Amino acid sequence: MSGVLFDEPGPRARRRTRIATAVTVVAVLALLAAVVQRLASTGQLDLDLWAPMLDPSAEEFGPVWDIIGSGLGVTLRAFVVAAAASLVLGVTVAAVRLSLGRTARLPLVAAVELFRGLPVVVTIFLAGEVLRLVDSGISTFWALVLGLTAYNSVIIAEIVRAGVVALPKGQAEAGLAIGLTPGQVMRSIQLPQALRAMLPAVISQLVVVLKDTALASIVFNDVQDLLYAANRLRLVLDNSLQAFVLIAVIYIVLCVLLDRAAVWTERRLSRARPSTAGAVAPAEEAVTRV
Amino acid sequence: MEPVLDNLDLFWSGFLRSLGIAVWAFVGSMVLGTVLAVFRVSPVPALRAVGTVYVAVVRNTPLTALLFLFAFGIPALQVNASFYVFGVSGLVVYTAAFVCEAIRSGINAVAPGQAEAARAIGLTFSQTLGQVVLPQAVRSVVPPLGNVQIAMVKNSAVVGAIGVGGELFSVYARLSSAQGYERLPILLGVAAFFLLVTLPAGALLAATEKRLAVAR
Repeated sequence: MSGVLFDEPGPRARRRTRIATAVTVVAVLALLAAVVQRLASTGQLDLDLWAPMLDPSAEEFGPVWDIIGSGLGVTLRAFVVAAAASLVLGVTVAAVRLSLGRTARLPLVAAVELFRGLPVVVTIFLAGEVLRLVDSGISTFWALVLGLTAYNSVIIAEIVRAGVVALPKGQAEAGLAIGLTPGQVMRSIQLPQALRAMLPAVISQLVVVLKDTALASIVFNDVQDLLYAANRLRLVLDNSLQAFVLIAVIYIVLCVLLDRAAVWTERRLSRARPSTAGAVAPAEEAVTRV
Repeated sequence: MEPVLDNLDLFWSGFLRSLGIAVWAFVGSMVLGTVLAVFRVSPVPALRAVGTVYVAVVRNTPLTALLFLFAFGIPALQVNASFYVFGVSGLVVYTAAFVCEAIRSGINAVAPGQAEAARAIGLTFSQTLGQVVLPQAVRSVVPPLGNVQIAMVKNSAVVGAIGVGGELFSVYARLSSAQGYERLPILLGVAAFFLLVTLPAGALLAATEKRLAVAR
């Protein structure tokens, strides 16, 4: 679309574009220079602050990356468990909600709306409190997983439901006509198509799960995830800025990898079966996963 | 429920303070996000690159990590401000990336013929965008933008939870630790105040969406 907003540039427009490009480049460079200048003048570029994390010959390098590695392990474990649980629970909730009658599904709808409206951080706090009341011995890791699952499973349920609703009616009717039960129609006709169509939206929600594991550091003080590792490094090495920049870069790499995996899976699926479920346009859906 | 009802005035002032964070973040992210969206569709490649890099970086950073970077990293540059300012700025920077994407998707949803017709009668890029495309994009922007801003209200809880002071989470901390109330009812009170904003906002958005969908 952006291509149609302006004409093929003529000589004057090209000159204007060149000027605007030059101005932009100068502005960005000036901004970067100001930041670097500031970093330098406040001593934040000192090698001592970066070397322990980036120079393999530094004495602290090994222990530092041990801390980061174990943090990464906890983050990935929380992500995998919460993502799997959210997927299973989300698909189940969507299927049950679609099969129930108007009044029977009311409690389910209310629960979905409730969890959708709560900030995840509140959900994780609540999960921690509820688990503590059930059994004080349960580790906070599971409270994190429970909180993330409670929130993300209802979001995934909504995505899957939208996918099923958007399927052509004939799909379910044909299934019923050949004698399948409504449950069979849901399981073997509607859900597979809906999941395939909504895959991009589902995966971008999984990126949200990955990012939200970082909330552990706010709610609990003993889930030793990646962000916890950053806090430890910051206290040991006394380099707040550098530690958080490094950890942010690791998060970005993880999220981008997950996103690439999504694009790759989507391509493979659409190659395998070019004309499935054209009824849904899920690409726009992905935009709003905050 | 008693611990909440007994301290309703405390909850109320905390709620207003939390709402304040969200209002500032709303205004800031709309302005920054719109500027970024214009960058991303502009004819100048350098501006497009700035927008693309910004969105790619910010969208893939957890809000919590971003807020910690603002709160602990920026003071290292001897830039001093209250945590409230750092927290709101972090939320603005984060939300703007999503606002940008929502607006861009709205611009993409306007039929290409509209922009082509505008160009055919000789309008410039800014006229095409400002007088033809954006007014129509508003319609398809409302649903995704509404979702982004509702998510922002929920994310403002993270800013509060890190410790701005005076908002709902500090009310929770104060009542549960200092005054020894049971934690669960207090938490449910905090949750209720967030629902007080997000549920009506969600319903309003759904109603607006329906009206706009018919008109298109």
